[in-house]
Amino acid sequence: MLTLQCPYCGVQADETELSAGGEAHIERHGPGSSDEAFEEYLFARENPFGVHFERWRHSYGCGKWFHAARNTVTLEVYGTYPAQTTEPPADIRKRISGVAPGWTWRFLG
Amino acid sequence: MSETISALNNAGYSGLVRIDETGLQGMITLRGDLSLTTVKKVATTASGATFPGQRQITVSDTGALAWMSPDELLILCPYEEVSDRLAKMTKTLGNTNALAVDVSDARAIFAISGEDARDVMAKLCPVDLHPEVFKPGEIRRTRLAQIAAAIWMEDDDNFRLICFRSVAQYAYDVLKVAAAAGSAAGFHAAQDPV
Ligand SMILES: [Zn+2]
Repeated sequence: MLTLQCPYCGVQADETELSAGGEAHIERHGPGSSDEAFEEYLFARENPFGVHFERWRHSYGCGKWFHAARNTVTLEVYGTYPAQTTEPPADIRKRISGVAPGWTWRFLG
Repeated sequence: MSETISALNNAGYSGLVRIDETGLQGMITLRGDLSLTTVKKVATTASGATFPGQRQITVSDTGALAWMSPDELLILCPYEEVSDRLAKMTKTLGNTNALAVDVSDARAIFAISGEDARDVMAKLCPVDLHPEVFKPGEIRRTRLAQIAAAIWMEDDDNFRLICFRSVAQYAYDVLKVAAAAGSAAGFHAAQDPV
């Protein structure tokens, strides 16, 4: 069972109170972009064995979208953070480096 | 004029706990930037209650004020007074980027009362309801079995629950199942300090 703290209402939300929103920090490429960039935006997704960044929504609670950094193997949660950011905050990256040295994820690591 | 009735017209049930659909309840949703003085003023004036902190519900003689999300409040007041209070709110808000809406008829409200109330609610909601964790004064939006709900405690044996009117029958039925005779869990009672 996954428990994530909603950064907006502070609730320790059980997985069943949340909706999964897929991979986090995907850069949007729309009209005017190259075919390669649009394809990447639309289809290319990470499927890591380890550190991952995801979008979640507190759908049965305050209704807000937020981000979560967690490990897909150990289910360890490194932290959650608000949606208004294009990359994970420094403190969360530091925490991950402390427990999973050498981690990489897309443009990070 | 037709007679206005609540979703279940004050249905009630006695099992492990008492469950009552408590009838018509005035409810006004207020959305906006909760740090704005005007928004705060409108909310506290309309409810008569003090401004609540995160996940708090404050009570007055004629209503209550609940923190629903970082940009949403819920004002409870007598059903008959909604249009009056709402008109005043809208006037005070003026051009402020905020929205106040009468949602009274879109919701249903229940009372769950009795010594086993924490046990009954804990069967349906993924919330830590230990007496030292969940106390009167806190409102928790959560999941009640398969539907969204907001719950709070009036005192140690009394919960109040708000859900959408369209799922009021479901809420009532699932609460009755959780409160069925012979289904006592005795969990929270056993946690009481001796
Ligand atoms: Zn939340």
